[in-house]
Amino acid sequence: MISRRDFLQATVAASALWGASGVGNWARLAAQQALTQDKLLAFKPTGNVTLIHITDIHGQMKPIYFREPDTNIGVGAAHGLPPHVTGADFLKLFNIESGTPEAYALTYPDFAALAKSYGRMGGLDRIATVVNAIRAERPQALFLDGGDTWHGSYTVLKTKGQDMVNVMNALKPDAMTSHWEFTLGLDRVKEIVKGLPFPFLGANIFDAEWEEPAYPPYKMFEQNGVNIAVIGQAFPYLPVANPKWMFPGLSFGIRQDRMAQVVEEVKTKGADLVVLLSHNGFDVDRKLAGEVKGIDVILTGHTHDALPEPVRVGKTMLIASGSNGKFISRLDLDVKDKEIKGFSYKLIPIFSDVIAPDKEIAALIDKQRAPYEKDLSEVLAHTDAVLYRRGNFNGTWDDLICNALIEGREADIAMSPGFRWGPSLVPGDAITREDLFNNTAMTYPQAYRSEMTGAQIKAIMEDVADNLFNPDPYYQQGGDMVRMGGMGYAIDVTQPQGKRISKMTLLRNGSAMEADKTYTVAGWASVNEGTEGPAIWDVVEGWLKAKKTVDLAPNTSVQVTGA
Amino acid sequence: MTLTRREALILGAAGSAALMLPLPASAAAFDDAVKAFTGGATPKEGGVTLNAPEIAENGNTVPVSVEAKGASEILILAPENPTPKVATFSFGPLSGGASASTRMRLAKTQDVTAIAKMADGSFAMAKTTVKVTIGGCGG
Repeated sequence: MISRRDFLQATVAASALWGASGVGNWARLAAQQALTQDKLLAFKPTGNVTLIHITDIHGQMKPIYFREPDTNIGVGAAHGLPPHVTGADFLKLFNIESGTPEAYALTYPDFAALAKSYGRMGGLDRIATVVNAIRAERPQALFLDGGDTWHGSYTVLKTKGQDMVNVMNALKPDAMTSHWEFTLGLDRVKEIVKGLPFPFLGANIFDAEWEEPAYPPYKMFEQNGVNIAVIGQAFPYLPVANPKWMFPGLSFGIRQDRMAQVVEEVKTKGADLVVLLSHNGFDVDRKLAGEVKGIDVILTGHTHDALPEPVRVGKTMLIASGSNGKFISRLDLDVKDKEIKGFSYKLIPIFSDVIAPDKEIAALIDKQRAPYEKDLSEVLAHTDAVLYRRGNFNGTWDDLICNALIEGREADIAMSPGFRWGPSLVPGDAITREDLFNNTAMTYPQAYRSEMTGAQIKAIMEDVADNLFNPDPYYQQGGDMVRMGGMGYAIDVTQPQGKRISKMTLLRNGSAMEADKTYTVAGWASVNEGTEGPAIWDVVEGWLKAKKTVDLAPNTSVQVTGA
Repeated sequence: MTLTRREALILGAAGSAALMLPLPASAAAFDDAVKAFTGGATPKEGGVTLNAPEIAENGNTVPVSVEAKGASEILILAPENPTPKVATFSFGPLSGGASASTRMRLAKTQDVTAIAKMADGSFAMAKTTVKVTIGGCGG
């Protein structure tokens, strides 16, 4: 008998065999030596519907480096399944040779060396070129933005999101959904949404007082005679993971029953194809696809996964388009009699040295940045290490931030949130103010300093670990583990909350931490209203200027078991 | 004081129960509340739909709704609260349908439970885990 777990693995294997319809281009591309724009965009058009998906841009208008994670553990039914496959295992699973442009784009090994060969990725002007090329071929193609768009850079912070709104509006998306957008504050979101030339969807955004829908749940489109419903789903745990006082009166949640009801409604209205534009996170969407029948395609987001092939759950196809503008997805579908009869898919890597920038959008981006160019380009220090954030337990960007917090705020221990946004730098790079803000820019940046007992610190770590490693995806919030500076610990990801964390050690002197002893803790990005302290970027900027050159030893302070 | 079923089982299972920790007060209060409602009958699973968020946005006011077709009464319990009984809803023959919603305060993460008394005198039950978190590190 096939167990549920075998079945899930079998469906992934089956998806790896879908090569006949455009999937598998990655391996063929790898065999070709020279990268050209034509080759990157090469695509075998199929059927009558084209979807273009981008998500989690996090304010990155210009090309960036982004190192993919070395550790991305799946728990429960997701154990060992994409996207919880990294490095050499990832290359093997998708038949990608190491050292190729695809290996550089999708995995972490040899990152610094490959970054030198293949350069930065992304840039909204390059993305415009790709979107325009697809639209030239398929004028009715739908361009869908999964959210986390108006957040994550110096200029987003200074313009309250207006820079990204101006540039994205010029790219003409057909719909978007949201997450960090709401940390601009509800009034600002309302102001922007009022002027948006496309719908801002969220089937799971409710008025908290009256339990009534607060934003449109879906929009119907027609493409070559096919009725397409695009349903939006915002990040379910905004009021839990981000400061709820910034968007008072709104309630979110997964709301699976609501989703089932909306799917029914769009089918009643004649939808031939149901597309979910989601900011749930990949594992939440994988579970949702199994629980709610009738969704044909889920364009996933939030967890920043980039997968070169769709993952299939029952009749639902899940697409994962990466983050920071590194990729966009093109999905062609042949829809007949309300069913997908065939498809062609490509995760298009935006190699910024290969894809020509669209001149009009490049000028528009420069215009947004012009007033701030001097502040953006100031060099604060240089790095001898790869600076990256993504990964379940630690990254060098957060090691740097924690060191700055411990030294700058005279603390025993530092905490940096397990955010998944924040581009990378490679050895020899200057660290500019723009780079620092790319990893810290947000609307609740206060660097607090407080006293906590060992027991309180453990309780916080257990709480965050359960947000990441709860075996039921509906209880996962989609961030990584809180980064701990100045202390080491062991974690068994298979244990329940309260039993995962052990061996808490103060690195300064190697002593075991005590439950009732008090420690000085510095951190940032507290969700509590009224948190006091200097902005995190000021703390880190002062530290960087004093250091001049940053080098970081590999962090071996977390022992992971049960992965 | 009468022994609840759960206490009796534990006493029975542990002949040398000297090291056994006493049940927290709320566990006993939960069992008492269930017994008072069911008269000692064991509720069966299914027949009750209980809806609550997976993770509470605000532990002080967590929305919960419940529906059980043909029920005459529905009891909602929060087992880990100091006072587990949240609400009892009664439905007469003229009620449109046996469904209700309210808001509850949750002290911590727990399995919120609903028990329905059906027209034939039997009992049905559903439970769902609602997490109350410290929050703050979503990506």
